[in-house]
Amino acid sequence: MSDIIKTATREAYGKALVELGAINNKVIVLDADLAAATKTGMFKKAFPDKFIDTGIAESNMMGVAAGLASTGYTVFASTFAMFAAGRAFEQVRNSIAYPHLNVKIGATHAGISVGEDGASHQCCEDIGLMRTIPGMVIINPADDIEARAAVFAAAEYEGPVYMRFGRLAVPRIFDEKYKFEIGKAVKIKDGADVSIFATGLMVNEAIEAAKILADKGIDAEIINIHTIKPIDSEAVIASVTKTGCAVTAEEHNIIGGLGSAVCETVCEFGKPVPVLRVGVEDKFGRSGPAVDLLHLYGLDCAHIVEKAVKAFSLK
Amino acid sequence: MDKKTLKELEISACKVRLGIIEGVFNAKSGHPGGSLSCADIITYLYFNHMRVNSENCSDENRDRFVLSKGHAAPALYATLALKGFFPVDWIKTLRKIDSKLQGHPSIQYTPGVDMSTGSLGQGISAACGMALGAKIGGKDFRVYSILGDGEIQEGQVWEAAMYAAAKKLDNLCIVIDNNNLQIDGTVEEVNSPYPIPEKFQSFGWNVIKIDGHDFNDINDAFEAAKECKGKPTAIIAKTIKGKGVSFMENQVGWHGTAPNAQQYEDAVNELKDKLSALER
Repeated sequence: MSDIIKTATREAYGKALVELGAINNKVIVLDADLAAATKTGMFKKAFPDKFIDTGIAESNMMGVAAGLASTGYTVFASTFAMFAAGRAFEQVRNSIAYPHLNVKIGATHAGISVGEDGASHQCCEDIGLMRTIPGMVIINPADDIEARAAVFAAAEYEGPVYMRFGRLAVPRIFDEKYKFEIGKAVKIKDGADVSIFATGLMVNEAIEAAKILADKGIDAEIINIHTIKPIDSEAVIASVTKTGCAVTAEEHNIIGGLGSAVCETVCEFGKPVPVLRVGVEDKFGRSGPAVDLLHLYGLDCAHIVEKAVKAFSLK
Repeated sequence: MDKKTLKELEISACKVRLGIIEGVFNAKSGHPGGSLSCADIITYLYFNHMRVNSENCSDENRDRFVLSKGHAAPALYATLALKGFFPVDWIKTLRKIDSKLQGHPSIQYTPGVDMSTGSLGQGISAACGMALGAKIGGKDFRVYSILGDGEIQEGQVWEAAMYAAAKKLDNLCIVIDNNNLQIDGTVEEVNSPYPIPEKFQSFGWNVIKIDGHDFNDINDAFEAAKECKGKPTAIIAKTIKGKGVSFMENQVGWHGTAPNAQQYEDAVNELKDKLSALER
């Protein structure tokens, strides 16, 4: 197992910004006094003239990002998910999304895997918040390769994008040849019995879960939903039409995130199938080592297996 | 300022006020009081100060204007229409379904609008971003923004105020439209922002106090702001809410109420009398 590469998606974000800065002189990066943690510090070092620290004032940062974007720049604005989507929600909605300005929000430290800092910093509501904003694109990468690809795709896309990165180092799933397209789900494994729609660090858990399910005689299909909005409804429908039941897995409240998006998609198709959600079950987080917290809150392969077995039995 | 320019500005401001009344009356809703209080300043900016071009409203070298107190949209729309950004007829469609003139300014709908605003406290941050964009891009355009005196109760204004001074955004000039009234009463009664000049001074701004209805004062202030290096400028403009329509002046009730038919006629007559006196 020693050959498994583990990298935090925030780390990949910082590196990708540096790569991007080298080829795109319209890129400006903002941070609100968290450059060391969000990893935009790498960009700051490489391009000090294109990096702006707005200090501990996220609401103002989002407005400054909007104004800068209106003068022709591609602006990446970074802070923790809690402050990007939470504190500055209304600035993101009114100053960035409503005027459809070219701002990319790099929200790091999303979810419960923030760990020791505890519930005040563990944002499990950001996808729900961002999903309700018209026109907002939401990308939640599963590993460092996908995080890098998301940054480049976001820079190419004209308009607001919310990118969600984690603090915890997570195993690499994809290889360098990986092709990423905003809004296009990625099938990781074909299966006939249950669809597992996973996002972020839960994609790796889904891969592990599928192995356990196989031993139980259940053939799981794994689909990586890196873009939660716009969701790839075609891929979701095609999969559940084949398997007849589904499990969603995300490091987010089960309300408002991927689970909700999949349920909405499946129900509106008109031939509903059982969909069980794995995620934070409408609770606040707490302090502790990230990995222990993930288990405590049911964000692991064991819970995916449990829900998959149940979903299968409900068919 | 020479007499001819002064007179032209007074005429334009009177036409802008007529546009405000026209828009709000036809919409049967909107904010006449705060639109009338900043009408002279907006008129001055578009007719005598800012580098704008109605033929090319996305010219990257244009000066920018952010109406941070977005509810004064009728004043901005009337000015933009008179300046030729869109037909004057549009004024009558204000706030109606299918109108290009939304209740609050939107860049998605209206030519000439530089930033979508309406949620108080946010416009000044966007203005900072634009000013920063000019600095980074080595461009010489300037950025102007008008805020309400009640609006500066929003915490974000002070985040932006701290930021603009820290980053030495001397290409940014804001105006505080100090009409002393907000929805629930006088600004002192509700949550006093006073003393305003000292607050901005202590945040590191160049501060200029003026009578916001005196074009000579207005002109001097904006010219002085242009000359000030290393600091953003805040012009604290003493104004009268409802200015120009006597029954609306200093009446808090006219913050967000449209005139009825009789009031509309009275307001239009008063402004038209003023206009013909000026044009005589």
